[in-house]
Amino acid sequence: MANDAGLTILPGLATPLDERSVALRRLVVRALDGGARGHIGSSMSLIEIMRVLYDDILRYRADAPDWESRDRCILSKGHGCIAQYVMLAEKGFFPHEVLDTFCRRDSILGGHPEAGKIPGIEASTGALGHGLPIGVGRAMGLRIKKSQARVFVITGDGEINEGSVWEAAMSAAKHGLANLTWMIDYNKVQSAGPTQEILPLEPLADKLRAFGFATAEVDGHDIVALGEVLRRLPFDAARPSALICHTVKGKGLAFAENDANWHHKSSINKEMVAQMYGALEPL
Amino acid sequence: MRPTCVNKIFELAKRDPRVAYIGSDLDPPITKRMQVDMPGRAWMEGVSEQHVVGMAAGLAMEGFIPYVHTIATFITRRCYEQVAVDLCLHNLPVRLIGNGGGLVYAPLGPTHLAIEDIAIMRALPNMTVVAVCDADEMKRFMDQTLDWPGPIYIRLAKGYDPIVSRDELGFSIGKAILMREAAGRSKRVLLVTTGVATTRALAAAEELAAEGIDCSLLHMHTIKPLDGEAVVAHARGCDLVVTIEEHTVVGGLGSAVVDTLVDALPSAMPPVKRLGIPDDFAHNYGSQDQLMELYGLQPPGIAQTIRDALRPRRAA
Repeated sequence: MANDAGLTILPGLATPLDERSVALRRLVVRALDGGARGHIGSSMSLIEIMRVLYDDILRYRADAPDWESRDRCILSKGHGCIAQYVMLAEKGFFPHEVLDTFCRRDSILGGHPEAGKIPGIEASTGALGHGLPIGVGRAMGLRIKKSQARVFVITGDGEINEGSVWEAAMSAAKHGLANLTWMIDYNKVQSAGPTQEILPLEPLADKLRAFGFATAEVDGHDIVALGEVLRRLPFDAARPSALICHTVKGKGLAFAENDANWHHKSSINKEMVAQMYGALEPL
Repeated sequence: MRPTCVNKIFELAKRDPRVAYIGSDLDPPITKRMQVDMPGRAWMEGVSEQHVVGMAAGLAMEGFIPYVHTIATFITRRCYEQVAVDLCLHNLPVRLIGNGGGLVYAPLGPTHLAIEDIAIMRALPNMTVVAVCDADEMKRFMDQTLDWPGPIYIRLAKGYDPIVSRDELGFSIGKAILMREAAGRSKRVLLVTTGVATTRALAAAEELAAEGIDCSLLHMHTIKPLDGEAVVAHARGCDLVVTIEEHTVVGGLGSAVVDTLVDALPSAMPPVKRLGIPDDFAHNYGSQDQLMELYGLQPPGIAQTIRDALRPRRAA
């Protein structure tokens, strides 16, 4: 399909995972094992989005997380935080060993990310529908400061049931925030079931365009396509950009894919850990 | 009070580039003025309180000091989670200006009354809650909002309230002001008040003084952080402490004062009477003054409550 980024990209959700994508998922399992709990499907669908952002797109300094010119990356679907924790560890914001402390009493890594505790986390999220309004404020602040830094907000799909998201979307368009990009991890499954059953979002791209966003869609597991489309930001010099990332809930864990039962587990035993590692054999 | 507050924002904006203003579909003249006085740093957003508070948080994260202005009940109830998570959890210097706190919107009915705003705002960690008593005090207060760390909820009264605050008594956020000191020749009564209830209570104290009931009055413009030291110092040994507020008796100033006294004077609690709005939605319209009269919050009602509260003790 053609899109506002000027690219024709067909969602191809059977995208095979390369060595790095498998390795990153094994790090997610490492954190899940450490905490013996966590959001599984919601983290696995985010991996390539986070990977491409931190590998190729975002400007940041791991040794100076508050560097003024950094791009602001706000994971509004805070429950997918392990995917972001993994990339922050990969980039040296903190050592990989910290992943083992996930959700433990004195850890910096909670079940939802907290700013001020974790280097590289821009906003404490977890309550849904907060990231886009905050992103609008940050984008406006950066514009006043004449900063070249950009704001990326990643929401879930179930998350955008929240009305605050659409309030912020109208405002982003009103203010023509070309320095703001809203990415949606559209894995089609929310906590209680398929999004099309719980609260249908379609036609989602049409909605985003109607709300004033230059909108594109991409296979959210295709690192080449993700990189190509994100390098074209802003999609329009006068409007905010939206990128619908078509993903698979639980991607990489064949037994968990598209299954709402794997959205979150409050108890993860060694057998389940072994099962996950088994599905993620290094290539 | 409201024009003074808004004028002060424009004045602060001229001398400090960090100041920003966000309105939420309120007061068209403000929109015109902000485009002139603080261009590029003031916006009239839509009826979208959840977004507006999140947007203010984002601006504060970028170093700005946003003043957000809309009707009190909508800036507290409607976006409570945004206030809790975006502002208080991040401890950001956003100023929430609640227009028409208490019973100001009496004719518009219970959807527009902010009678539990103090209770819900003061329950949040890091939040500061301020209800000044008149426009002069608003001026003194607003100057201090620039560098106060963390969020502030500012409860505005109706406006054009009589001036009772005095410059010589000073003003510091978090510091109570002793606005009336009993001569100490009779029963020791302490009135603890906030917002425009202070004005009514001062008048009640005058009325009672003529009868030989001499009251001290401690004005708590800041309900959180509460100046507990002042409360305890003035309440210790009193025959009666009366808290007076244009707010539900659930969780407001009265509750804060009682909490403080229970902790500080567990075996020497003075008798406390909490005067406020009963735990109910308003069933009447009319005017703010009429509803305050209905709830016993006008000077004659306050004076009568104090007389009644003292009577059984006198009999004993």
